[in-house]
Amino acid sequence: MIESLWGVLPEALQTTVIIVAKIVAIMVPLMLTVAYYTLAERKVIGFMQVRIGPNRVGPRGLLQPIADALKLMFKEIILPTNANRFLFIIAPVLSITPALAAWAVIPFNETWVLADIDASILYILALTSFGVYGVIIAGWASNSKYALLGAMRSAAQMVSYEIAMGFALVGVLIAGGSLNLGDIVQAQSGSILHWFWLPLFPLLMVYLISGIAETNRAPFDVAEGESEIVAGFHVEYSGMTFAVFFLAEYANMILIAALTAIMFFGGWLSPFQGIPLLGEPSLFWFLLKTAFFMFCFLWFRATFPRYRYDQIMRLGWKVFIPITIVWLLVVALAVVVELPWWFD
Amino acid sequence: MTAIANYFRSLLLLELLKGLRLTGRYFFARKFTVQYPEEKTPQSNRFRGIHALRRYANGEERCIACKLCEAVCPALAITIEAEPRNDGQRRTTLYDIDLFKCVYCGYCEEACPVDAVVLTRVFEVAFDRRGQNIMTKQKLLAMGDQHETQIASDRTDDARFR
Repeated sequence: MIESLWGVLPEALQTTVIIVAKIVAIMVPLMLTVAYYTLAERKVIGFMQVRIGPNRVGPRGLLQPIADALKLMFKEIILPTNANRFLFIIAPVLSITPALAAWAVIPFNETWVLADIDASILYILALTSFGVYGVIIAGWASNSKYALLGAMRSAAQMVSYEIAMGFALVGVLIAGGSLNLGDIVQAQSGSILHWFWLPLFPLLMVYLISGIAETNRAPFDVAEGESEIVAGFHVEYSGMTFAVFFLAEYANMILIAALTAIMFFGGWLSPFQGIPLLGEPSLFWFLLKTAFFMFCFLWFRATFPRYRYDQIMRLGWKVFIPITIVWLLVVALAVVVELPWWFD
Repeated sequence: MTAIANYFRSLLLLELLKGLRLTGRYFFARKFTVQYPEEKTPQSNRFRGIHALRRYANGEERCIACKLCEAVCPALAITIEAEPRNDGQRRTTLYDIDLFKCVYCGYCEEACPVDAVVLTRVFEVAFDRRGQNIMTKQKLLAMGDQHETQIASDRTDDARFR
């Protein structure tokens, strides 16, 4: 019955249905991860501060994200006086769209990827750069000085770190010899020592730190800067509009973690490649690596104090960009001479 | 030379790793959270919670309306009015403590010559109506009746320090 109905559908519709199903299959687990990532953040930071974190809603606090979501949904969305209504509402959408759209090209294992396009790194770079518009527009449309200050800070910060991040990715694509994320993972095949984290170690560091700065997370969260400018670009947001910014921030963190796992730590490849059973590449390894970097984000937030604004700028322009340029030359040289072990 | 050494040291992020190690250690440390409604921290017998007016064993109220507590109260939280009772004894007709003004310093208790006004160990107070912040004479006496055993034993324990 279902088979015959399916056959009746025109081919274009069939493809659309399949693609939509795939999108749902990525979106739903992602959104659940985001929800529970917020709980994990409060728990992890609590534990590092010798507290136990939320444990009241549901068993061990497991329903806390659901309660938070319900609360935010029923809260009023307040439009500030003289705010630009259209831009005010569109800003959170602009900030979550790239964070979700980037997942289209993330390879979960050899075959699981929504869009196996050749220029996936380029696509990722383009979309992560889009995130800054949401922040700037939110700050501008709020008609509030703190929001505007936060927006200005984050605009400068995100643009600066974009450069270092882009250079770090150039290193990855020289080493991988491809712009396709799947091919980059395949190029790291071998063992844990073949992965790019070893030859590209400085670039990994630059990428990870720029990634934190890109997502405006502590210690680079001057865009929020609650001790100086209340909550930065999203002071005026409440209810669902605020929730969308929140989702975008966490989706971006997960994205950066996944990209680090793919580009420097061999994506779905097993660290024990060659050993039977344990060495099998699988989705599990990818999720494990991503989870580790997600934990690192929380760990950093619990550990480091916020950078001063001029220090952020100095780090981005005067430290990271020179490091990446120098290491790009080293990597390029290594590829040209076909350095054994990694690039032979 | 040291400048170059420092440069490389900061490049290796050693200080940051040190910080991460510290928070990483505390991640596994014993947690100190007290799960409040279920668990409670121990209280001193000198704990200063909300007030009560005590009675003598024969049921006669202790307060003789000397107004020393009203005079000593730094927050002006106590209001007393008094006149002679039918049997000629001086008693209060009004004894109000405004809990919004009270700073729980315990001076009223110190000042009281007959140990009438005391601070109990009760601290979980909530108001949901206007005016509930005023502890009237009836409420204070009721508090005293309810907690007399605890109040008396706390005073006995503390007597040798007074």
